[in-house]
Amino acid sequence: MTRSARQQSNRTLALKLAGITLAMFGFGFALVPLYEVFCEITGLNGKGVNRIVSAAATAVDDNRWVTVEFLSGSNLAGSWEFRPSQSRMRVQPGRLYSVSYQARNPTDQAVTVRAVSSIAPGTAAGYISKLECFCFRQQRFAPEEQRMMPVRFMVDRALPPELGTISIAYTLFDSLNREAAPGS
Amino acid sequence: MTESVHAHADEKPPGLWRWVVTTNHKDIGTLYLLFALLMFFIGGSMSMVIRTELFQPGLQFTDPLFFNQMTTMHALVMIFGAVMPAFVGLANWQIPLMIGAPDMAFPRMNNWSFWILPFAFSMLLSTLFMPGGAPAGGWTMYPPLVLMTGDAFPYLIFSIHLMGLSSLMGAINIIVTILNMRTPEMNLMKMPLFVWTWLVTAFLLIAAMPVLAGVVTMLLTDRYFGSSFFNAAGGGDPVMFQHIFWFFGHPEVYIMILPAFGVVSTIIPTFARKPLFGYASMVYATASIAFLSFIVWAHHMFTVGMPLAAELFFMYSTMLIAVPTGVKIFNWVSTMWRGSMTFETPMLWAISFVVLFTIGGFSGLMLAITPADFQYQDTYFVVAHFHYVLVTGSVFGIFGAVYYWLPKWTGNMYNERLGKIHFWCSIVFSNLLYFPQHFLGLAGMPRRVPDYAIQFTDWNQVSSIGGIGFGLTQLIFVYIVFQAIRSGSKAPARVWDGAIGLEWSVPSPAPYHTFQEPPKLTEGELQREGI
Ligand code: HEM
Ligand SMILES: [Cu+2]
Repeated sequence: MTRSARQQSNRTLALKLAGITLAMFGFGFALVPLYEVFCEITGLNGKGVNRIVSAAATAVDDNRWVTVEFLSGSNLAGSWEFRPSQSRMRVQPGRLYSVSYQARNPTDQAVTVRAVSSIAPGTAAGYISKLECFCFRQQRFAPEEQRMMPVRFMVDRALPPELGTISIAYTLFDSLNREAAPGS
Repeated sequence: MTESVHAHADEKPPGLWRWVVTTNHKDIGTLYLLFALLMFFIGGSMSMVIRTELFQPGLQFTDPLFFNQMTTMHALVMIFGAVMPAFVGLANWQIPLMIGAPDMAFPRMNNWSFWILPFAFSMLLSTLFMPGGAPAGGWTMYPPLVLMTGDAFPYLIFSIHLMGLSSLMGAINIIVTILNMRTPEMNLMKMPLFVWTWLVTAFLLIAAMPVLAGVVTMLLTDRYFGSSFFNAAGGGDPVMFQHIFWFFGHPEVYIMILPAFGVVSTIIPTFARKPLFGYASMVYATASIAFLSFIVWAHHMFTVGMPLAAELFFMYSTMLIAVPTGVKIFNWVSTMWRGSMTFETPMLWAISFVVLFTIGGFSGLMLAITPADFQYQDTYFVVAHFHYVLVTGSVFGIFGAVYYWLPKWTGNMYNERLGKIHFWCSIVFSNLLYFPQHFLGLAGMPRRVPDYAIQFTDWNQVSSIGGIGFGLTQLIFVYIVFQAIRSGSKAPARVWDGAIGLEWSVPSPAPYHTFQEPPKLTEGELQREGI
């Protein structure tokens, strides 16, 4: 091979490899939507379906009881008080229940928060339907404000039989002020 | 000789400037190796801080924040500053010599890939003096913790970008050199194994490093530009960081071990005076390890709450890697079997590699058992595992390579007696250092803590004594290397009588320019096939 032919083929190969490199850089970002789709299909990250189901469409399973546990946590600055009105509940699939979370803003500033829910085990996430939840929208708290916030939910009758206990956790985050204030 | 080749064999700019502008693969190899040595000592002194603090329970010398800066920086410096550049240095020196090429394919890019590194590491190390200190959230940079890093944060991200850029340019250069610049008679299955393992490693690099660059970029935008890749409040997920990071991270550990496999596969046949057993199976094993390394990443995340099916998948795929790895170990042992072995320093490192790397592989297998890992995760057992594979594996491989080729590089024999002392002290101290960490981990001592419960004291003291001893021992190595550069008995062209390979057909020290004309492969150079 002559010298310049060698250089030419070196350059072509290097460009191809640089192309692979760029593609892999893109792939790293493509993993984000892939991951999201994967989790949505499988419900693996416990994000749940959050779809509004019609209460009339389901019949109650009288023979089955499931324990639902409620957890709370805060990722906010300041010692926020944030807890469920009861820590566990025995429920029947197909019946509508409600629980409420109490939160108090300890700071002397108005704060907008967002509650993010997580359901464990992840495989149960697809069987919890929420009709109403404070996690659906951001919540604005006046200084020192204290408030009860409701969740109305139902466990689907199709819940796999091996699942006897489900926990639902809410964590409060700063809303990042990315959206307009709630209600507007 | 063709017209464009400079016939002046030793034409170099004068003084230190030569090293800045050099495009010669041997110069650049030397620069990489010296840089790696420097980083080995900087990272090493950080580990000395860690081991001194852990000599006793309670806080003696450091506050917890500084301690965590030390563990984080130690890992980053050792991985990206010491082990990876050392292997790239070996590649620069040896690949053109082993395949009969005059230089790397892109000499000028080669110069850049090296000279980026001092900038990257000055940036990273300067964070030690910044408000808020150096990064302290662990080398794995998990959010949200890493987002709480002080002023150091953007420096951390950009220095990783630079290191990534450097290794990517290096990798592309290496692939093109290997695929396009071999001497005509050398087809792929006649390449020395060191060249093969580097070819595979370079592909791992271009597949894995960009993903790291991407994920740290996401960290950067999460912190400064309001994105929410990993922020649950904005719909992101911090666990996703772990998936993307380890998608890079596991191939990365193989990036650090495959070239060492190549080194050991070169050294053992020389001193056993037998061709490598199962050359072809070695090549296939390397390739399958590389492939499998992309589908095992979540074994680092068994405890994040994955569904059963995923836990099982990652457990079995991880265990599957033990098969090609086992093939390699079997082949090395078979190469030694009934060989006329002698035990010069390079051979000692190679044999100890085979034994101690296998111990690290076994603890890896234990960690791969999902239910067991629930107990071991984040304990000193993991620390013991990866130091067996990385220190007594990769680093010992590098030592072996340096002793093996140093006479070719400098033209002088190193001091064999001191080499043996360096080896034996390293063996004793490294095992004192790391073996007790298995016990500590099994007993429940967490990793990355400056203080511990008193029942862990005894083994921590043994480990610290081993650590300080191991650190001091490395000073012998520096002495040996510089002595061999300056003096010592003259080395012949074929330094080791059992050695095969084109690099031994040029004089020692290797002239500044070699193989301006593609060399012919002789009988000896072809003896790679197994018996
Ligand atoms: C037989 C082969 C191997 C197996 C089965 C294996 C398995 C594992 C597993 C399951 C873990 C996760 C432990 C935990 O965090 O709970 C781990 C961690 C690790 N392994 Fe391996 N491993 C193997 C070989 C290697 C090699 C060759 C290297 C590098 C040269 C390596 C480097 C590491 C590192 C650095 C970590 C810790 C990462 C961190 O959390 O900081 N391993 N290994
Ligand atoms: Cu791994």
